[in-house]
Amino acid sequence: MMAQFREILKSQTVIVICSVVLCLLFLMTILAPWIAPNDPVAVNLAHKLQSPSMNYPLGTDHLGRCTLSRILYGARTSLGFAMLIFISSLSIGLIIGIIAGYKGGWIDQLLMRIGEGVMAVPNLLLVLGFVGIWGAGLKQVILALILVQWVYYARIIRGMVLSLKEQNYITAAKISGSSQWKIIKKHILPNVLPPLAVMGTLEMGWAIMDLSSMSFLGLGIQPPTPEWGAMIHEGKSYIRTNPALMIYPGLMIMLIVVSFNLLGEALSERFGIKRR
Amino acid sequence: MGLLEVKQINHSYHSGKLFKWNVQSNKVLNDISFTIEEGTCLGLVGTSGAGKSTLGKVILGIQPPQQGQILFQGYDIYRADKMTQRKIRRNLQVVFQDSYSSVNPRLTAESIISEPLENYERLTVAELKSTVISLLERVGLSEKDLNKYPHQFSGGQLQRINIARAISLKPKLIVLDESVSSLDMVTQSLILELLKELKQDFGLSYLFITHDIKAAFSISDRLGVLEKGELIELYESKEQFFYSKNPVVLQMRDSILAEHPRFRSITKREI
Repeated sequence: MMAQFREILKSQTVIVICSVVLCLLFLMTILAPWIAPNDPVAVNLAHKLQSPSMNYPLGTDHLGRCTLSRILYGARTSLGFAMLIFISSLSIGLIIGIIAGYKGGWIDQLLMRIGEGVMAVPNLLLVLGFVGIWGAGLKQVILALILVQWVYYARIIRGMVLSLKEQNYITAAKISGSSQWKIIKKHILPNVLPPLAVMGTLEMGWAIMDLSSMSFLGLGIQPPTPEWGAMIHEGKSYIRTNPALMIYPGLMIMLIVVSFNLLGEALSERFGIKRR
Repeated sequence: MGLLEVKQINHSYHSGKLFKWNVQSNKVLNDISFTIEEGTCLGLVGTSGAGKSTLGKVILGIQPPQQGQILFQGYDIYRADKMTQRKIRRNLQVVFQDSYSSVNPRLTAESIISEPLENYERLTVAELKSTVISLLERVGLSEKDLNKYPHQFSGGQLQRINIARAISLKPKLIVLDESVSSLDMVTQSLILELLKELKQDFGLSYLFITHDIKAAFSISDRLGVLEKGELIELYESKEQFFYSKNPVVLQMRDSILAEHPRFRSITKREI
């Protein structure tokens, strides 16, 4: 048992390290209310821009808020909403990809042309459009990112379904009297989901980056909610005097995005999955 | 009235659909007609690209032909109402050439064989399991194989599972689309023997599509030769096929390699 575990550790070092880092980060998000030393939104101007101390382990920002607490709570926002974007876009992409791939013909053509139309619009432009209509806010950013992201999943899933559809076992299932729904549930979904889970790890990294970028530009999460991108945005005015305000959340974004990307790369290499 | 009547089937594949003036048509089936009687086996032989597999798909009801009719027990399988089509489908099953791609790699032998039964029969879990076990045993496998996945079987064993799935509903006709072509000689003869036994036991009819005229000869009652989408000959007995002077049949017969390499003609190989 131990020898087997050691073997896995040795052969899959990247997967193990990244998984441990991500597990710790997820644990951090869950335990934030218990492990955060201070209230992340409590303003205390008397303690503004303090250096690290016992009360404030990573110091305070320009409004005297505890940086460590904000980073811990910020993980909740960043990871939570990135997860929401990932799951929503994956669900939409899954449904549209399966319909397009399985039905084929004009339905496939229509859905894919709509997808290509959406892909032609850059993320930022779409967010700016939504912000122009409804004002800056998290909802607009999430909606824009989901609207852009589903297309990638839909295209990948469509490709998988197209090749699966040609397999003899799908034809045999049709001949055996299985309904379309049963074929999708029993034969297509179980073969499509595992590679998607691997690709999802890569996409999570991008979702966190996108969300943080939008917040950095002041378009996403609005103060005083702690979020890593927004923290960098707030800290940029103090880059000369207190660079730590930008460094800590920046490091967190880097750590999580690199972990997700390396894990995704290693998993796709391990299971021989081609990405877009 | 035969069990299956194929009437003047014509089918083409088109390419370049985007622009109407650029459509290229490739005729794969040209005016094909034949009948299969109940309890008999019709062997359809032909070289690669002769249209054998397309004809199989057309007969199975998954590739509507552009012209012609497929009558199964007197019902047109493409024009019948949904209920009749469902009944026809129950009586019309298939075994493909590639045994590995014919089974879902994520399902166990039990799930694979029980799929048609779940669709047509209302059986309890215990009844379903005992039916699957009896089917496995009938095709030469055992209860131990019930929970195995496809990668745990050999090609021949997988083909037995495919046959078990095909006979699970006790169909009238099974389309055997190159079903033994990818197997080694020993496994091939064992599967052919199994197919002959099942034909006797269940009163099955077969449409045996193959490029291997030896295999076709061993199992078929009648033989047809498909060439470039046309059914050029239909022999009512094996003897007629054996003594045929048709150049295509002669060419196919001459291309059979002798059992031992010593007896294979060098000149034939050069040709």
